[in-house]
Amino acid sequence: MKEADEFHAILKDPVSYGRKMKEQGRKIVGYFCSYTPEEIIYAAGAHPFRIFASGENIHFADAHFQSYCCSLVRGALEGALAGNLDFLDGAVFPHTCDSIQRLSDIWRMNVKGPFHADIVLPVKLDTESARSYMIDVLRKFRKDLASHLRVEITDDMLKNAIGTFNTIRRSLKRLYELKAENPGIISGRDVYAIVKASMMMDRDHLTEALPAVIGELEKKKGNAELYAGKRIVLAGGICNHPDIYRIIEDAGAVVVWDDFCTGSRYFEESVKDNADPMAAIAGRYIERPVCPAKHAGIFTRGENLLKIAKEKDARGVVFLFLKFCDPHAFDYPYMKEFLDREGIPSMMLEVEDQLPSEGQLRTRFETFVDML
Amino acid sequence: MNKMPEIVLFFLAKIKKLALHFKKKKKMKEIMMVYYMEAKSARISGRKVAWITSGGPVEPLIAMDVIPVYPENHGAMIGASKMGTDLCEKSESMGYSSDLCSYARSDIACATVNGGPIGGLPRPDMLICCNNICGTVLKWYEVQARYFNVPLFIFDTPFCHVGYAEEVQRYVRSQLDEYVLFLEKACGKKMDSDHLKAVGKLSLEGQRLWQAVLATTANSPAPMTAFDAFYHLALIVTLRGTPLVIDYYTQLLEKMKDRVARGIGAIPNEKYRLLWDNIPIWPRTRWLSEKLASHNACLVADTYTSAWCGTTKYIDENNFFDSMAEAYTRIYLNIGVDEMARIVLEMVDMYKVDGIVMHSNRSCKPYSLGQYDIQKIVEKERGIPCLMIEADMVDERSFSESQVSTRIDAFMEIIKERKGA
Ligand code: SF4
Ligand code: SF4
Ligand code: SF4
Repeated sequence: MKEADEFHAILKDPVSYGRKMKEQGRKIVGYFCSYTPEEIIYAAGAHPFRIFASGENIHFADAHFQSYCCSLVRGALEGALAGNLDFLDGAVFPHTCDSIQRLSDIWRMNVKGPFHADIVLPVKLDTESARSYMIDVLRKFRKDLASHLRVEITDDMLKNAIGTFNTIRRSLKRLYELKAENPGIISGRDVYAIVKASMMMDRDHLTEALPAVIGELEKKKGNAELYAGKRIVLAGGICNHPDIYRIIEDAGAVVVWDDFCTGSRYFEESVKDNADPMAAIAGRYIERPVCPAKHAGIFTRGENLLKIAKEKDARGVVFLFLKFCDPHAFDYPYMKEFLDREGIPSMMLEVEDQLPSEGQLRTRFETFVDML
Repeated sequence: MNKMPEIVLFFLAKIKKLALHFKKKKKMKEIMMVYYMEAKSARISGRKVAWITSGGPVEPLIAMDVIPVYPENHGAMIGASKMGTDLCEKSESMGYSSDLCSYARSDIACATVNGGPIGGLPRPDMLICCNNICGTVLKWYEVQARYFNVPLFIFDTPFCHVGYAEEVQRYVRSQLDEYVLFLEKACGKKMDSDHLKAVGKLSLEGQRLWQAVLATTANSPAPMTAFDAFYHLALIVTLRGTPLVIDYYTQLLEKMKDRVARGIGAIPNEKYRLLWDNIPIWPRTRWLSEKLASHNACLVADTYTSAWCGTTKYIDENNFFDSMAEAYTRIYLNIGVDEMARIVLEMVDMYKVDGIVMHSNRSCKPYSLGQYDIQKIVEKERGIPCLMIEADMVDERSFSESQVSTRIDAFMEIIKERKGA
C-alpha cells in the first residue's frame, strides 16, 4: 500500500534519514533493544533512534568481535565504526544478553560518542526489590540524560511523552489486529516495515502517519478479499529480513502475529497513568511479555507463545533466530515442546547476516506449510 | 529422619572414615571424591543439596549445612575426562544449539542420562543462580528448574560497566536478605548468624591463601604452572568457607614457598613466562602443557583461577555478610573490558610475562568477546605479543590440534626472537 512507502524508504536508508534529522537541528539518541525507555529520551527533546545491524559486510567490527557473536551486535558496531552513525548525539545500552553487554564496553572504548549510557536493568522482573532497583536505574538515566543534553526533564514532559508512546503502541497494535482479522488487506512486508521504521521515524510525525495507514485499512477491511493462506505466527528476537514475509506468503501462508521485540513485544502493554512516571515506565517492562534475556518465571514465555498462537488461531509457528543468540536458543526446546503438546506444528530457522538462498528457503517453507 | 537401612549406615560410616583418612593426607583427588560421595548420598543422610553457579555466594549454604554442588565444576570434569563431546551432541539432539555454552549443554544432557565421569550430579533440592559470570547461567538454571521442578533463587548482580553504583549496592544487599529467607524456607530452619560469620571468616581466609599460592609464581622459576592452578582451583570453588580449604592451601603454600627457596621450577628449564587468559581447554590441558614446556615456556599465571580471590579488597572481615554484596558483584567477569584490561596489565607486570596466550572460547561470550580489545591494549601498553587460540573448554569438535600447534610454534618463535634466545 502506498501509505507504507515512507516507512519502506526509512528502512532502506536509515542513515540518510538520521542525518537529515540531525541537519534540522535535532538531538538524536541511538538505542539498542526494546528495553530502552524511549519516553525519557523523547521527553528530553531528543529523538530515539533504534540501531540495527548495518547490513553491510563486516569489515571493521571483525577487529573487535569474534565470529561467534550474533550479527546484530557485530553489524551495529560495524555501522558505527564505518562512520554511518555520525549523526548520533549518544547511544543507550540496556543490559540484556552477554553480547550486548560487551558491545557496550567495546563501543564506549572505540566509538567514543558524546554520550554513552548503560541502563543496567535487573535481570529478574518478578520481585519487589528488582522493581525498586529498576525505578532507581531509570531515574538515574533521566538525570544523566538531562544533564548531558542540558535540559530539564519534568514530570509533565514525561507524562506527555508517555501519552505519545502509548498512542504509538496502540496504533501498532491496531495494525496487527487488522492484519490478523483480515490477512489479505496488507502485506507482511508492509507491516514489517511500518513497525520497524516506527522505531526510527520522527515520533510526532509518526503519530499522524500511523493513523493514516490504519484509516486506509479500516476502509478496506469491509470489502477485502478473503485470504486463504494458512495462518502462522513468528517467534524470536529480531527480524532483519523483510523477504521472509514474501517467501512465506508465496508458500501459501500468512503471518498473523509475532513474538518479536521488533514486533508485538514492542507495543504490548501501555504505560499506566501513575503519579510517578518512572514507576509507570518500570511497571510496563514488568508487565509486558518478557524477553528471554530477562526472567519472569520459568514458563512465562512458553505460555505467552501458546496464548498468542491460540488467540490468533494460528496453524503453526516459525521460530526465527539469529545465529549465536544464546537467550533465544536456550528457550527454544521447551517452547517447542509447549507447542508440540498442543499439537501446534513449528519449524526453526536460524539466520546469520544473510538469509539462506531463496530457493532453499522456499523449499523449507513450502514443506512446512504443506504440513499444516 | 526415618530409620536408615543398615547398608546405608554402613556406607555413611565408610565415607566418614575415608574422609578422616584423607584429612591427614589431603590429596585433591580424594577430597573431591569424598565431597562428591557425600553430595550423592545427601538424600540418605538427610542433607539438602543446592546447585550453585561458580561465582555464586556459597557461604550462606555452608552455614545452613546445605551441600553446594557446582555444575560448572562438573562440566570441567566432563571436559577433562573427554566425555564432553558426546554429551554436547546429546543436548543438540534435545534441541539445544551447538553454539551454546558447553558447560550448560553437557550438564543439561547429563542430567537426563546420569552420564559423565561420576554418573551425574545428585538431584538438587534447590537452585542458586548468580549472574555475576554471565547471562547463560540464568537460562541454564531455568532449564534445570523446569526439569527438576525445584525452587530457583536468582541472585542478581547488575553488571558494572564502570564503577559500582549506589543503587546496585542497595539492590544486591537486599537480595542477601531474600537469599537467607529463601534458604530458611527451603531448609525449614533459621540461619545461625554466628555460624555464618564464622563461615565468612573461613571463606576470606581461604581466598587469601589461594591468592598467596598463586602469587608464588611471580618468582622465577615459577614453582607451579597455571595448569597446576587449574587443578588446585577445585577447592576454592567448591568448598570455600570450610576448614578443609584452609588446611589444603596452607600446605600447598608451604610447599610452594619451599620450592621457591630451593629454586625449583615447575618445568625443567623455564626460559619464557606466559600468561593464560580464559577458561582452560579442559580436554587438552596436558597436551598444551607439554607443548609449551617443549619450548621451555611456562604458563605462570592466568586470569581464570585468580577470579576466586580477586575481590578480597571489597570484603570487610568484620562484616562479611554485608560486604558480600560488593565482593560478589565486582568479580572479574562482571566488569567492563577496559577494567579487565587493567587487571591483565597488572598481572603482566606482577608475573613478568613475555607473552599472553588467549583462549578465544566459543562457549563463553562474556569472557571472550572483548579479548581482541584487551589484546590490543596489552600489545600497545606493554609491547608483548598475544596469541589467540580459538577453541572450546569442553567440546573437542572446536579444537584443531595441528592448527594450534603450528600457531604456538610461530608464536614462540616471535618470543624467542624478542628475548634474544
Ligand atoms: S531480543 Fe531481548 S535483548 Fe535482544 S533486542 Fe530484543 S528485547 Fe533486547
Ligand atoms: S539477544 Fe540475541 S540477537 Fe539480541 S543482541 Fe543478544 S545475542 Fe544478539
Ligand atoms: S557462558 Fe561462560 S561464564 Fe557462563 S557458564 Fe558458560 S563458561 Fe561459565
